[in-house]
Amino acid sequence: MFNKNAKLISDLSKPEMVPTRDGYGKGVVEAGEKDERVVVLCADLTESTRSHWFAEKFPERFVQVGVAEQNLALLASGMANYGKIPFISSYATFSPGRNNEQIRTNISINNVPVKIVGAHAGISVGPDGATHQALEDIALMRVQPPMVVVVPCDAVEARKATVAIAFNDKPSYLRIGREKSPVFTTEDTPFEVGRAEVFRDINPDASPTLSVGVPVGANSCAIVGCGMLLYNALLAAEELSKEGIECLVINSHTVKPLDEKTIIEAAKKTGAVVTVEEHQVNGGLGSAVAEVLSRNYPTPQEYIGVQNRFGESGNAEELIKHFGMDVESIKKAVKKVVSRK
Amino acid sequence: MSNYISEEKIKELEIKANEARQFLISMLVEAGSGHTAGPLGMADIFTAMYFHVLNHDPQNPEWEERDRLILSNGHITPIRYVLMAMAGYFPIEELKTLRKFGTRLQGHPERERLPGVETTSGPLGSGLGQAAGVALAARMPARGGSASGGDKFRVYCFMSDGEQEAGATWESAMFAGKNKLSSLTAVIDRNNIQIDGFTENIMPLEPLKAKYEAFNWHVLEVDGHNIEQFVDAVEEAKAIYEKPTMIIAHTIPGKGVDFMEFDYLWHGNPPGKVKDDPDAPPPEKQAEEALRQLRTLGGKIKSEHE
Repeated sequence: MFNKNAKLISDLSKPEMVPTRDGYGKGVVEAGEKDERVVVLCADLTESTRSHWFAEKFPERFVQVGVAEQNLALLASGMANYGKIPFISSYATFSPGRNNEQIRTNISINNVPVKIVGAHAGISVGPDGATHQALEDIALMRVQPPMVVVVPCDAVEARKATVAIAFNDKPSYLRIGREKSPVFTTEDTPFEVGRAEVFRDINPDASPTLSVGVPVGANSCAIVGCGMLLYNALLAAEELSKEGIECLVINSHTVKPLDEKTIIEAAKKTGAVVTVEEHQVNGGLGSAVAEVLSRNYPTPQEYIGVQNRFGESGNAEELIKHFGMDVESIKKAVKKVVSRK
Repeated sequence: MSNYISEEKIKELEIKANEARQFLISMLVEAGSGHTAGPLGMADIFTAMYFHVLNHDPQNPEWEERDRLILSNGHITPIRYVLMAMAGYFPIEELKTLRKFGTRLQGHPERERLPGVETTSGPLGSGLGQAAGVALAARMPARGGSASGGDKFRVYCFMSDGEQEAGATWESAMFAGKNKLSSLTAVIDRNNIQIDGFTENIMPLEPLKAKYEAFNWHVLEVDGHNIEQFVDAVEEAKAIYEKPTMIIAHTIPGKGVDFMEFDYLWHGNPPGKVKDDPDAPPPEKQAEEALRQLRTLGGKIKSEHE
């Protein structure tokens, strides 16, 4: 059952399709309207990252850096040091990929509030192929001590996340995608950085935060996901319900700091976990969840994500299927983990 | 005769620079590791900065209108620490904590640990971009929506010559040139050495002046041990409105200690740690001899207790 408090769209089968990058583009304009300290820097990818909406509205606060991702991070570090709130946008393979050391030394150790926006993340970038499909950015960012890491599940959440990190006074990473993806949250869906949301609960009357309860039986599982694949997770949960397997679905949009309490409670309630992310299974959300559970409540876990391979050209849908992140793959993973209980 | 600094002031700064070199040798010996040659070579320029050029307030390191000194080659931070202590940012006594557990004087400087260092640095090639970022940010509408804050202070970026080999340096140089960041003055410590040898053998940098001119910088060359020349160059930079200024300061690495001068063996080692320098005294005598040379200005004056 969908958690009523999550205020998702009423008909999950008919979502509007909007890319999460549009949510960032709108969000950063909103942040810029609220506070003139907000500035945007881009490395020759202004339209495709959707930074161009900000550039059009606030040309005096937009900085074109050219194809120079190291300098992109350095300039932003200096600007943040001075008192600005800089967003730096590029493709995630280049930023935080290419400029990782500049981010580590000059943003993280320096501890200045630069907002790194990694666009075209995940395999769903599609035809561009492996060089442009960032599958390791979450791992790169979550190992830097002060970094906040947010992976929004749709365009509406991306907009909220953008505004939220603008004013958190911390180095932050926002991961967004290129392809149109289902919009299944609404303006009323709760969003707070660092707090996971229960999108589907086994008990329809559950409060927005899970209560620790008696395990709900052998045929139950918690799916913890982030990003647009969360939609597939919800569809998989619906189908599994018809087959007698009940799934909690948790939107863990903030990979760091992880909402450990909600995840531990979900593991206690169901005794099995599947993590879902469009990222290498090494080092991403799945790893973060396993780190928490192994210390607190060891639980059988399966990992949906890219299994230690690079991507390739294709359209988003066929790549998601080929790399084992479609609804069928999630269902299989749930059945497997339930059988391991 | 300089229009910008008096003869008396120059004399005073030369004496201070010599004191700074002595503090430096003592602190490096106490630390047991760290870089020697670069900091000795930049002693004169750092002295000129902290006691003449910078508009700053050691009692209020966060003062918004202070000039910013971004140190890109963080490994020469010991000489900056010395001058900061001499200028009153923290007690001289604290210099002894360099590189030790719990110190504010980290091996490479960190912004949040020691007020006044402006930015965390060490990995090379990263200072110029940050300095450009500060200069650009200051030129934008100020926080309260008032007029540009860009005229209120200058941004200085100190760099090594070795880091001119880093690609990011040129990304930042290109950006500063394009954006005519005239409040930015960068200084290259052109001492010709880097860890593995002489720059022109490792990866030739010349013609360095022509390179920066091609990137739309105003470029000046000075003797980095001539305080008057350096101050004049800094003042000339203030009159250049259409370009950032690069001052290539020719310095002698290890300046002031004869067995360290021009010798890359002293790039990354403190006195007492170099065993294979035929010109140097044995390790246990290196610090003593370095201090003797500095106290006596290279043997020109006999110290009273000799």
